Amino acid sequence: MTTPHRHLLQIEGLHPPQIAAMLDLAESYVLLNRSGKTQRDLLRGRTLINLFFEDSTRTRTSFELAGKRLGADVINMSVSNSSVNKGETLLDTAATLNAMMCDLLVVRHGESGAPNLLAQKVDAAVINAGDGTHEHPTQALLDALTIRRRKGRLEGLKIAICGDVLHSRVARSNIHLLSAMGSSVRVVGPPTLIPAECARLGVEVFHNMVEGLTDADVVMALRVQRERMSAGLVPSAREYFRFFGLDFEKLTYAKPDAMVMHPGPMNRGVEIDSAVADDPVRSVIKEQVEMGVAVRMAVLDLLSRQGFRNV
Amino acid sequence: MSDFLIENVRLIDPSSRLDHIGGMLVRDGKITDFGAALGRPDGIEIIDGHGAILCPGLVDMRVDLGEPGFEFRETVASAALAASAGGITTLAALPDSKPAVDDPALVRLLRSRGEETGRISVLPYGAATRRCAGEEICEIGLLREAGAVAFTDGAKAIRSSRMMRNLLSYAAAFGAMIIQHAEDPDLAIGGTATQGELATRLGLPSIPAAAEAIIVARDIRLAELSGGAIHFAHISTAEALTLIRVAKDRGLRVTCDTAPPYFDLNETAIGSYRTFAKLSPPLRSDLDRLAVVAGLADGTIDAIASDHQPRDADDKRLPFAQAAPGGVGLATLLGVTLAQVHNGELPLMRAIEMLTVAPAKLLGSEAGVFAKGLPADLCLFDLEIVWQVSVGSLPGKAQNTPFDGRALEGRVTGTWKAGRRVYV
Repeated sequence: MTTPHRHLLQIEGLHPPQIAAMLDLAESYVLLNRSGKTQRDLLRGRTLINLFFEDSTRTRTSFELAGKRLGADVINMSVSNSSVNKGETLLDTAATLNAMMCDLLVVRHGESGAPNLLAQKVDAAVINAGDGTHEHPTQALLDALTIRRRKGRLEGLKIAICGDVLHSRVARSNIHLLSAMGSSVRVVGPPTLIPAECARLGVEVFHNMVEGLTDADVVMALRVQRERMSAGLVPSAREYFRFFGLDFEKLTYAKPDAMVMHPGPMNRGVEIDSAVADDPVRSVIKEQVEMGVAVRMAVLDLLSRQGFRNV
Repeated sequence: MSDFLIENVRLIDPSSRLDHIGGMLVRDGKITDFGAALGRPDGIEIIDGHGAILCPGLVDMRVDLGEPGFEFRETVASAALAASAGGITTLAALPDSKPAVDDPALVRLLRSRGEETGRISVLPYGAATRRCAGEEICEIGLLREAGAVAFTDGAKAIRSSRMMRNLLSYAAAFGAMIIQHAEDPDLAIGGTATQGELATRLGLPSIPAAAEAIIVARDIRLAELSGGAIHFAHISTAEALTLIRVAKDRGLRVTCDTAPPYFDLNETAIGSYRTFAKLSPPLRSDLDRLAVVAGLADGTIDAIASDHQPRDADDKRLPFAQAAPGGVGLATLLGVTLAQVHNGELPLMRAIEMLTVAPAKLLGSEAGVFAKGLPADLCLFDLEIVWQVSVGSLPGKAQNTPFDGRALEGRVTGTWKAGRRVYV
């Protein structure tokens, strides 16, 4: 299996067979990781740079582990986001990276489309690790892998994505991926946190958790940030929790075996009740983290098969 | 609770278009039967209506109660007395009190304060923004659960278009409308009278009529954008009514009310600086007043509310520009509305509709109708009795009526709240 893409910038536009192949490959890395083995010859001598313009712990660590398990030299670069002219800085950074002969560039940036711009200017394969409110493709892949392992399929599942869809790159990537794979996706949240024309992405929109969760196979809670409250989009944490927080009472409307997901980091008692988040049967939140490493190994593996600039 | 039969009345119930001579039977505080030719059950009290009109207890959708925080002006108890004298049995209370009604506990408090009077049901509005300060959105879901019927910042306009958009959008998820005091705060700063020749002659800082139309136009557009429901309170200008009429024709979720001063008085009522005629929005030109009259008849205006704003002597005994705006209106709501019936501008049925079922429906209340099994909230009034409004002799505490000296034709002769007689 090869992919026609040199970069992984977004899920939108990927075809179902490509997605399925990535998930299959990731599956094999789950087994490899669990066996305690590594495959350090695959990316030996290659350089992977984690270029993070926004703070992140779990995604950066996950990419770092994935790269190291495949034998790459991994370098973490944290770049201040306070530069006066971001566009100029980004292109300056691209020039620097080219000079460093980087092979794989993992980028997180606060502005939507920043990885696309970098991809035009660098020689390395670019992997989007989250850009603004656009996409977070590896998160969607790891979510899909977690669901597929638990449910045995993606097709025909009812998946409710709950919360701050407006500001969520995770939601957008998941909507594209899960819809492409035949799931039926709903988004649930207050109208102020659902983007305009969201239904045009192929989802059903609900503003009421009971309606939105009814008969769902998968319930995904999204992080709601405190800034949303000061911005006047949500009145308070207690009101949010009362009407949109995922607790067992609301969860009773989903299917009895519905699984609960969260991309992390969680605001306990805001978008999710601790009892739900920590439920060993329903919650797969820790499993999502494990799948993250496997998915990122698969992505690095696939992109490396395209050959690198100096090969 | 006593059972009784009111006989010899003209029953008018706009919700069912009922207009018929007959009687009303009340048992255990509930409407048991009504219509023509009701028998006289044994041992029941008989009340002779003397041919007066019996309609559902009036529903007033805009009342400043004074409580909490301004008890020196009015209290729930004193407002309830005035309401009973005006035939009002249900009223919606504005949230810009001190503290503002931005916490669910206050909503519950106001509801029970109303019940304690035995005279009125209080339907509290929730504050749209915290402290009605226009900056942070209120807990609309929690307030709604506690019983808030709609959301508004009371006498303050919601200034920011971004805030209004978020409010309309967010409240729609909870099935609640936003009520706007439609006056551009920037254009209105310091203004005390409507812009025009009179304000110029009196040397008063003025507010253009366009201050209303500008906010109405903006908020109609935001209601369309957000899918929310907007209600404009005390509409007073021709231009705003034209905008609302068009929006309604387009099927947008737009409604409005007005208050008696805006169809009965014009700017000249301020005469030589009469502060009791200083209202917010200000009394307008006669052309605007005529447009409001037309809006009542053609359905552009959905409801008539008293816009009761109690003020005490110290609020009003000041130079015009420094005096607090607002006028009381509970006791005169029906009488001033009936003036439009007497002068042929408004059919009686339509007038009563705008005082009963129309506001009740806007507020999601089941009040304002005759229906068997519902609490017997009733208003008995004589269309012909003439009386004169007089400062000092109004029921309730606050006396700041803009209608001082006005002769009115039509007076409440009996009010019942849940079957209990609370007036005369």
